[in-house]
Amino acid sequence: MTEYALELRGITKRFGAVVANRDIDLAVRRGCIHGIVGENGAGKSTLMSILYGFYQADEGDIFIRGAPANIHGSQDAIAAGIGMVHQHFMLVDTFSVLENVVLGAETRRLLEPNTRNARAELARLAEEYGLAIDVDAITGQLPVGEQQRVEILKALYRHADILILDEPTGVLTPQEADQLFRVLRSLKERGVTVILITHKLREIIDVTDDVSVLRLGQMVAHRHTSETSMQELAELMVGRSLVETDYSRREALNADAPVAIDVHDLALQTASGAMRLDGVDLQVRRGEILGVAGVAGNGQSALLEVLSGMVAPTAGRFVINGREAKPDDMPDPSEMRALRINHVPEDRLKLGLIKAFTAAESSLLGYQRAEKFNWRGFLRLDVIKDLCESLMQGFDVRPVNPKLRSASFSGGNQQKLILARELDKEPDVLLVGQPTRGVDIGAIELIHERLVAMRDAGCAILLVSVELDEIMALADRIVVMYEGKIVGEVAKADADKATLGLMMANAHNIAQPVRS
Amino acid sequence: MSINTASVPLPGWIEVLVIPVLNVLMALFFAGLIMLAIGVDPIEALGLMIRGALGDDYSLGYTLYYTTNFIFTGLAVAVAFHASLFNIGGEGQAYIGGLGVAVVFLLLDRYLPAILLVPIGIAAAGLFGAAWAFIPAWLQAYRGSHIVITTIMFNFIAASLMVYLLVNVLIQPGQMSPESRQFDPSGWMPSMKMALAPFGIDLVNTPLNLSLVVALICCVLVWLYIWRTRWGYELRTAGFSEPAARYAGIRPRGVIISAMCLSGALAGFVAVNEIMGVHHRLLLNFPAGYGFTGIAVALMGRNHPVGIVMASLLFGVLYQGGAELAFEIPTITREMVVAIQGLIILFCGALALMLRPWVVRVYLVIRPVGSLEREAA
Repeated sequence: MTEYALELRGITKRFGAVVANRDIDLAVRRGCIHGIVGENGAGKSTLMSILYGFYQADEGDIFIRGAPANIHGSQDAIAAGIGMVHQHFMLVDTFSVLENVVLGAETRRLLEPNTRNARAELARLAEEYGLAIDVDAITGQLPVGEQQRVEILKALYRHADILILDEPTGVLTPQEADQLFRVLRSLKERGVTVILITHKLREIIDVTDDVSVLRLGQMVAHRHTSETSMQELAELMVGRSLVETDYSRREALNADAPVAIDVHDLALQTASGAMRLDGVDLQVRRGEILGVAGVAGNGQSALLEVLSGMVAPTAGRFVINGREAKPDDMPDPSEMRALRINHVPEDRLKLGLIKAFTAAESSLLGYQRAEKFNWRGFLRLDVIKDLCESLMQGFDVRPVNPKLRSASFSGGNQQKLILARELDKEPDVLLVGQPTRGVDIGAIELIHERLVAMRDAGCAILLVSVELDEIMALADRIVVMYEGKIVGEVAKADADKATLGLMMANAHNIAQPVRS
Repeated sequence: MSINTASVPLPGWIEVLVIPVLNVLMALFFAGLIMLAIGVDPIEALGLMIRGALGDDYSLGYTLYYTTNFIFTGLAVAVAFHASLFNIGGEGQAYIGGLGVAVVFLLLDRYLPAILLVPIGIAAAGLFGAAWAFIPAWLQAYRGSHIVITTIMFNFIAASLMVYLLVNVLIQPGQMSPESRQFDPSGWMPSMKMALAPFGIDLVNTPLNLSLVVALICCVLVWLYIWRTRWGYELRTAGFSEPAARYAGIRPRGVIISAMCLSGALAGFVAVNEIMGVHHRLLLNFPAGYGFTGIAVALMGRNHPVGIVMASLLFGVLYQGGAELAFEIPTITREMVVAIQGLIILFCGALALMLRPWVVRVYLVIRPVGSLEREAA
């Protein structure tokens, strides 16, 4: 018996001429939590896909518990005791928890004997690992944290003793993430090996025993977590030294600065009756960044859609840069742009650009009617291309090639192109959603700097982000959204993760009972 | 080694030239097998077909006359497709375009000169075609009725409407056959023979007329509209992503309606070729399937005017050459020719990407060194 649950030796994977993984060595100790960090595109997903049998390595060997393994598909991986929890859950929303767990692992033709056995087995697993769950609940109705628990149970039910989790905390509140880590620790105590893929270095430091760093498809370092630091890991990921930037303002916020966004009792009800926004009140002054925190899906997207004119609210009103907007009198996004109100959307691939367009065409999105881009009905392609090139240079978008298809750029470069397009117009009001989602550390720095520069230039910024670190670093004030409502507001000085986390789960009022 | 070939980019000339040509060859190969099965020498048949379509200026005239129809309907499908709309109603829109020509000419052809009448006829064909497309477009934009369903239904409605009108209203009094009277020659689209005669070029008389020039002008205009104007930009944006269109301040409903009207107008122009150029009277069933074939033409031409012209030519050759083939070889019936066309549509349309993975593998082996890294960078 070897001390390694899993060993990779010299794994290389090419796509055409692109090398996604080059000569990767990795040894994961049995019964440990092993973190794998790396920037987007560093090759983490490819490596895990090889382990789970979606791809076959071109070169190199995989050893599981010391024995050479041939993994040609997920069935082989499952048989070898590998379980995978994907970033986007692979669950059938309309099935019960029990049905989801059994799905694909049925051993008999009739469902009944399968479920009977599964019920007993799940009870045992829940007991052993502290993974209690209502097995008859409909999966889609469970909170995200519990859905993830179903994924873990699915893997354990298939007798996985090597569990791979891909960015597991992206959709969780800090409290849910803590719960997940408790589960991972108890799995580890019972001898399960856990591989944790993440870009959040805090989690690596908190929960792992060992950590490996990927950069540009190569393993650049292996460390015992106790012998490294976040600073060192970050620098290993990026490949250069990083300076901690302090984004706090040099001069105090001008309390008399004009209010640029003034929202009163705003509501948005869907056709099915759900309240996406419910009685929202907020103000943002010029020269101020208001951070909107919350677990994804609690009304932040609706807030951006309404304020940018994409969707009309069903009740309430708001004044934005002097223009009053009401349900029956809404400026559309082009009028908003004319009012110097710009919007960096949350979902860059669906809203922010068109994947099939060239970068130049995407850099025109939203401004296609501007006079300087039109001449007698024709688009001035030369002007558009020149502008795109200068946007790319100004925001360090690589490669500087306006003719390349938007989809060919990495996520960070796409995001920089969109930010460049919107900031270039020097708006008075900027609505920003998830500016650094899926963006590399290097690009994050640049994006944060530019947003702070906009703030200093007197722009009113509404910043929606699920990254608490980001909001706490940039915002002057923070409001927290929960189920379409604003459930709490804190000034920057008073913000800490625990308080915000409780607010995100709407548990802060319960935790501190109101005195009568 | 398993690779995801769909994500490997190929140079443009392979995508638009090599793969379609391979698809056509595949179709011809299977057509050849069918011919062998009925005891016809495929090589001889192919030769007959090509000679029958391109061998002399008589057959070439017919081929180009068919090509004209396919360009119109192919462009119609392509324009709608760029807005992510599947216009299956080209047939009905062409038919109603013919009604437009007939209504205008029956009222005016005795009073106006050709210089006015021909443009008015073209405009009427386009307007009526657009109007027929407008109704499904409105239903899609404001009522959410699926455009595929409604345009198909509007083909049937158009057919019934035309039967009613031709039998009861537009029929020439005292005549048995449901046709309108012949228009005054001042409304005729000049035939190619007439148009080229002043230049000393003497052609055999064929149905080919100046509508071909109209079709080629439409190609240029469509290209300019889609890729060089802001309306085309907005149309493509809405076609790729409705949320992105709303983000960019584009009204998706407006795009649906304008794209479908443009599409309907292009389909309506079939009437310019058929009614103004050839029959000179309104008659039953003149669209004869051109509207449907336009779908295959647009698919094969990758919704680009240049591709559509080439695909239209191919289908023109198939129509004309096929007719000759059926005439020359008795065992090859008209139905056999339709089957060959079906094979081409199958391989170039439904199975258009079937050969791509193999082409990618070949390309990866023979490609110039370093080209992939450049593209990925």
